[in-house]
Amino acid sequence: MAISPACARVSLRCLRTACGVRQLSRFLLSFGFVLFLIWFALFHVTSPALASVVLETADRPDDDGTALRLMWRGDLAEGDSLVISRAAYPDTAFSPVATVDAMRAGYTDQGLSRKITYVYKVEAAGGRTVLSEPVSPSASFLNTSRLVMLAILALYFISVLIYIKLAAGGREFFVRRISGLNAMEEAIGRATEMGRPVLYVPGIDDLNNIQTIASMVILGDVARMTASYETPIVVPVCKPFVVPVAEEAVKQGFMNAGRPELYNPDNVRYLSDEQFAFTAGVNGIMLREKTAANIYMGSFFAESLILAETGFSTGAIQIAGTANIHQLPFFVAACDYALIGEELYAASAYLSKEPKLLGTLKASDVAKVIIMVLLTAGCIAESLGLTAFAELFTAR
Amino acid sequence: MTKYILIGVVIALMVFAVASGRLSGASFGTWIAAMLTLAIFSFLYKDNPIYKFAEHIFIGLSAGYFVALEYWNVFVPNLWNPLLESFRTVSPSGLMLLVPFALGLLLFARFFPKIAWLSRWSMAAMIGSYAGLAIIGALQGDLLAQIRANMIPFLSPGSLTGLKAAAGGNAFFFAILEVLRNPLIVIGLLVTLVYFFFSREHKGGLGAVSRVGVWFLMISFGASFGYTVMSRVSLLIGRLHFLMSDWLGIIH
Repeated sequence: MAISPACARVSLRCLRTACGVRQLSRFLLSFGFVLFLIWFALFHVTSPALASVVLETADRPDDDGTALRLMWRGDLAEGDSLVISRAAYPDTAFSPVATVDAMRAGYTDQGLSRKITYVYKVEAAGGRTVLSEPVSPSASFLNTSRLVMLAILALYFISVLIYIKLAAGGREFFVRRISGLNAMEEAIGRATEMGRPVLYVPGIDDLNNIQTIASMVILGDVARMTASYETPIVVPVCKPFVVPVAEEAVKQGFMNAGRPELYNPDNVRYLSDEQFAFTAGVNGIMLREKTAANIYMGSFFAESLILAETGFSTGAIQIAGTANIHQLPFFVAACDYALIGEELYAASAYLSKEPKLLGTLKASDVAKVIIMVLLTAGCIAESLGLTAFAELFTAR
Repeated sequence: MTKYILIGVVIALMVFAVASGRLSGASFGTWIAAMLTLAIFSFLYKDNPIYKFAEHIFIGLSAGYFVALEYWNVFVPNLWNPLLESFRTVSPSGLMLLVPFALGLLLFARFFPKIAWLSRWSMAAMIGSYAGLAIIGALQGDLLAQIRANMIPFLSPGSLTGLKAAAGGNAFFFAILEVLRNPLIVIGLLVTLVYFFFSREHKGGLGAVSRVGVWFLMISFGASFGYTVMSRVSLLIGRLHFLMSDWLGIIH
């Protein structure tokens, strides 16, 4: 069969076209396959050493949604270290977070945002990597690990409220005599007889310390007594925020005594925030103003013995009270009377007869009885080898 | 007597250092520090103008230092800079900082008697937030931790076996102490708690138990006293070392 030249040309063109299409499709297939391989290698294939390693990410429970936990398990050798990197999904720009020992059970990444989804890359030596699934931290409404604390707080506050209600309703609560407090009037009386001022130091801590707040209540009562005896009172203060509260307490004390005109703003003096500068200043006041009664109530630290020793050397009657147990020995040794620990808080309730303070004191006594029962039960359980009960009280 | 000996020793060392020319190496700052240290030490003799001078410098400098410290470390990074930033970016959450800023300003109302009462709002906010924050820390760090730490077996494990093994030997006394350790901790804690019970007069049985609690307290205070005095002596040694090493150059 003869083929015309025109037909041959058309056939050749068709053949070329068919070949081009085939080549093109083959090229596209090959290119797609290469792209697939690159994508797979980047995101799904891990190195042989980490191929058997499983990386899991999870939200850290019982938190405010700012941390994620990473856990890995698998074929890892002792001495290996892992570089953990993080990226904000879907971004793949990883930035290193930490380098940890591969033998660790996991790592907690903190300081995250609840609004961001994260993806992690764990990299071993030689650039071998494994990627995590995208994950977001979430906040927990309730910290279940602190349920025991919540129960204790709830019980305590309920009992405080009940006792405050009872005290406010006129129920008389007995508070045992605290010997240091009875001595306070005696000390102020002596200062009056000698014509010298009374020194009241409310500790060196700020208002965030409950001892300072208790001290302010006692200061009000001491100021009332000094005003009724017309004896000057000097209150050196270490923290600026305590100054206005101390001024209010002294002013109120003078008003309660019916002698507001005796109040002198210079009674309350800010000296210095620095512990030993303050101590040096108080020592100077003791020596130069010759205070006859020194009352130290509040939170004291290393300056306690310096103050008490200087006061002792001047022959003043000294009464101290603090809940800082490491300083109590110095006050016990160098002062005439000492309020030990919680007696400081009880003193404020005893003096003021304020329903809120009395109610709190009574609730604290109830709490002490409960604690004693719990301690005894815990010791019996521990003696019998039952540790679960004590574990309930492990602080988390 | 001790203080006179101490002062005498310091003076003798100074004379020695001056005579031997060792003081020439001390810097101006070291000289100032050494002089102020000696001025404070002079209180051991009695109150005197030199001590008074050092005391006033100490108080004035520290007050000024703390103002600068609070301004640069608290006010500027925690309030001023974030506030300016939130104004710049018009961030409503950042503008919440205006609340503490206003409360801080209200504290200055104390300087104006007519509106002095306004400062009580700031004080109330401060004391309330401090108390709320402190209670969790105290409960978790102190109360719960101490309750847990004191839930121990009445007899420490192996103590009786140890006692039997040590019978007649040199370690017998320590084995007895080991047996007594846990009961003493538990009993001591319970009777001390009884001492801090304020709702009943401490008479009769309660009084007897609370007296035992006071003994436990006093014994622990004695131990604590001795331990702390040791640490205070180390502070004194540190200061004397500064004088003799940095200043006088007598020891290296």
